[in-house]
Amino acid sequence: MASLDYESLGLRVGLELHFQLATGSKLFCRCPATLSESEAKIRFERRLRPTQSELGEVDPAALFEYRKGLTIVYEADDRSACLVELDEEPPHSINEEAVDIALTIALLLNAKPVDEIHVMRKVVIDGSNTAGFQRTCVVALGGWIDLDGRRIGIQSICLEEDAARIVERRGDRIYYKLDRLGIPLVEVSTSPDIRSPSEAGAAALAIGRIVLSTGKARDELGSIRQDVNISIRDGALAEVKGVQHLSLIPKVVENEVRRQVRLLELRDELRRRGLSKSDVDPTLYDVTDVFKQTQCRVISAAIGSGGVVYALKLPRFRGLLSWELTEGLRFGMELADYAAFWGRLGGIFHTDELPAYGISASEVEALRRAVGANLEDVVVIAAGSRDNVEDGLKAVLERVIVAFDGVPEETRRAEPTGVTRYMRPRPGAARMYPETDIPMLIIEPRRIENLRSNLPELPSIRVKRYIEEYGLSRKLAEELVNSLYEDLFERVCRSFPSLPPSIVASTLIETTTMLRRRGVPVDQISTDRFYELFRFLAEGRLFKEAIPDILACMAGRGIDVSEALEELKLKPLTDEELKTIVAEEVAKSGELISKHGLNAAKIILGSIMRKYRGRVNASRLAGMIEDEVRRILP
Amino acid sequence: MSGNFSLQGYKGKVKELLLSVGVDIGDEVRIVKDGMVYEGVLAPRVEYGEEGYIVVKLRSGYNVGIRVSDGGIKIERLPARREVRYKPPVIPRARSNLPSVVILGTGGTIASRVDYRTGAVTPIFSADDLYGFTPELADIARIDVETVFNIFSEDMTPRHWSTIASRIGDYVGKGVDGIVVTHGTDTMGYTAAALSFALRSIPIPVILVGAQRSPDRPSSDAALNLIGAVTAAAKAPFAEVVVAMHGGLSDDEVVFHRGTRVRKCHTSRRDAFKSINSDPIAIYRDRRIEMLTEDYRRRGCREFRVEAEFEEKIALVKFYPGFDHRVLDWYVDNGYRGIIIEGTGLGHISGRCIQPIKRAVDSGIFVGMTSQCLWGRVNMNVYRTGRELQAVGVVPLEDMLPETALVKLMWVLARVKDMDEARKLMLTDIAGEIASRTSFRWYA
Repeated sequence: MASLDYESLGLRVGLELHFQLATGSKLFCRCPATLSESEAKIRFERRLRPTQSELGEVDPAALFEYRKGLTIVYEADDRSACLVELDEEPPHSINEEAVDIALTIALLLNAKPVDEIHVMRKVVIDGSNTAGFQRTCVVALGGWIDLDGRRIGIQSICLEEDAARIVERRGDRIYYKLDRLGIPLVEVSTSPDIRSPSEAGAAALAIGRIVLSTGKARDELGSIRQDVNISIRDGALAEVKGVQHLSLIPKVVENEVRRQVRLLELRDELRRRGLSKSDVDPTLYDVTDVFKQTQCRVISAAIGSGGVVYALKLPRFRGLLSWELTEGLRFGMELADYAAFWGRLGGIFHTDELPAYGISASEVEALRRAVGANLEDVVVIAAGSRDNVEDGLKAVLERVIVAFDGVPEETRRAEPTGVTRYMRPRPGAARMYPETDIPMLIIEPRRIENLRSNLPELPSIRVKRYIEEYGLSRKLAEELVNSLYEDLFERVCRSFPSLPPSIVASTLIETTTMLRRRGVPVDQISTDRFYELFRFLAEGRLFKEAIPDILACMAGRGIDVSEALEELKLKPLTDEELKTIVAEEVAKSGELISKHGLNAAKIILGSIMRKYRGRVNASRLAGMIEDEVRRILP
Repeated sequence: MSGNFSLQGYKGKVKELLLSVGVDIGDEVRIVKDGMVYEGVLAPRVEYGEEGYIVVKLRSGYNVGIRVSDGGIKIERLPARREVRYKPPVIPRARSNLPSVVILGTGGTIASRVDYRTGAVTPIFSADDLYGFTPELADIARIDVETVFNIFSEDMTPRHWSTIASRIGDYVGKGVDGIVVTHGTDTMGYTAAALSFALRSIPIPVILVGAQRSPDRPSSDAALNLIGAVTAAAKAPFAEVVVAMHGGLSDDEVVFHRGTRVRKCHTSRRDAFKSINSDPIAIYRDRRIEMLTEDYRRRGCREFRVEAEFEEKIALVKFYPGFDHRVLDWYVDNGYRGIIIEGTGLGHISGRCIQPIKRAVDSGIFVGMTSQCLWGRVNMNVYRTGRELQAVGVVPLEDMLPETALVKLMWVLARVKDMDEARKLMLTDIAGEIASRTSFRWYA
């Protein structure tokens, strides 16, 4: 695809980055601030009711969820959740350690701390907060970062509770775990000053490095969550939630811009075809009979359980539902996402892609006849209970109408591929009101001065230090500062002074990059496991040649270093074993030795290393082989 | 709001400053300080906040406090952005063939609404407000609402119980099918006991209901409690005074506890109320009322009368090691007519208190014994102290809750003066407060 001219498109990007803090306890209670792996000890169910805003209005998406009869099931174990998380006890006073960390981040981002912190309740009723609201407060306003000579503005720095973890959604029940609820999060929101996908990635990285330099933010996968707000001129604001990894941000921005550009082109195509909103037929046709004998499992199952199949006719829309918006996303899929959210349907079918999925050509013909559609028209069908099908197709209809105007404002989610998918409508103005259970917190100038005189080093200073103190090359030092492994690096070097720092650094930077390229989920390996790996290395319980294989083995699985060593059979050879192997190998190599003399040692080394790489120290082995060869030589 | 200049919560120099700029709560303001611009709406200051700060609700919805004493602050009033008007919720029409239920409001968390702009809690006065957060009520009953008063339940006195009882009496006379009383949870148990005694032979259900979480929260227990209470008032078969609250942590059951047996046992949980030394009498789940016992008073025409006088000079005294027995003397010397003791174990107090108690009894004061164990039955025949206490005239009150015993004694001594009669009445089961058998199921 041709590369896009972001400037002429009027691209505006803003970032909302959420960082989980590594504090001793949660933000409003004294539970430990770590995720729990123990079994749930309690389970209970709640219904969260939409309440009225000051305007007497109820948030439409919230009311919709409530009427659909959503029951929320919460699971908790008593190590990671107390009565506060269960909404059975008022919150405790705010965690001052978290406040200090948030203020430190604010100072590092040149923001202005507020004089008095007011904790607010932000209403959320999808179940992710047991109280039906999230406790959040703004800690600082304004600020900026400098990025290659351009200044990106910061709007605010907020401190808030993390939400409960969604486990799964089954029909009208949604399951959450409460261990994560209440862990402190710092949210950094930028102004929409970012102008290109690569700038978005760079800004996220720069802010991330600054926040992590406090040493108090968690850096495991899932502890940094990135939301990206994207809009182009003539397009609309898309709030993209949950971009998993920093490296995905530029791709998400690029895909979203493409999607919006293509939607605008779709709008133009509709005009070109001489179509207008009034041409869209709002009738829902009952076409259940057409599919009485269908081979399509989805439809026959729906009919079998007493459901219906309804159809929508989109006149002269042929080809528009298979209109590609970005790679892997067609307009028909957008409609399917709307049907899924509003009608709880698994999907829709449409004639741009039929016959397929077990629906025969003759069924398609019969379908067209039943609704009076010709080959230039598209027919959309949905199967399920009457209520769901009606709600789903009505949503499809509304989305089609909006296509005539261009791009709707939406909240979308980011897939691991970098494509965004519709998630829900944009919420109304955030309904926030004071959290009267928490007293206001005055921030004294003295507190700010204290924090200011104890700020962690800026990245540029750290590069210098790594070069001077640890003897790293400039390249490695810069890469280290750009990574999320700095803290770990220093911890390891201080704990194990026998390890050459360059080996630690290159393992953390170069080895992980190599593995990541191979598709190994190395980002899922916890810092504790890495630390353990280096401890083993320092204690001689493994050799550095074994490291890539061990990391690859541990990644994405719950095993530790010794288990990986066992599995890979990479435990270092004992001296006894080594002597035996060397003796055997040298004995076998009589011809080689007579031919090459002492140089045969190198070849013998190579062949032993092929068999036992990772289990032996190469230089020591070389010495042993030489000695043995020398012994044999006349 | 302009022209009103209430400047709620602001005092001293800050108030003067705001007045000089001509800005009031709810006005759009721009405040510049230290190069930072704050734009939004002027919000009220809470009473206990420090002076010297201005609160602004920013456009993002967040509130911030701005220190004025640092100086260099510039405040400007901005033109109003748009008229924000409260749109009351659409009131569903209750069908005329539904039972009629009256909701009497006495206050409490359940009957409050939050002003989202200020965070101030305001009481709910009308049925419209209740329908606003619980529209399902329109499918259950025709509802009338009366606010009897609106106070924190810890500020209630026996005189308030009398007022509530007499209002209930009036509505019984008008022929309603059931009565719901909203109440603060802190002393709801006491009021429930009081009404149990004051409403003699009540022919319809009287359901006290509260909430542990305010209705402005989506997670509030108010709605389910209210739905359960109104359903019971409309169609439950029992005609007793009960308390209706959540049965557990889930939003699936409302439990009805007999008014003389119920107690708030947890500071904050939504299932804080428990029946002690008794089973609850009914439960609401899946939109139905299920009775949990056959032993209850049925609805029906009877000789109903209100006897709502309460003698206030009654004390509830909790005994503990090192208790100063002269406290008892104080009650005697200050005209008290009755003392309920919360003793330890089977109904014991220190031997040092026996003489002061004898003095009390001899001066015509009723002294009754209950246990701070709460669960179980008092028996003062087992140990020597108990026998000595009985010998000087202490009345063991079986398995009665201390708080219920207090309320009952207030009610009894408002109608009898003779101590023997008082003793007889105290030991007679009037509203389920005393039982002759204890089930092994009744414990925590």
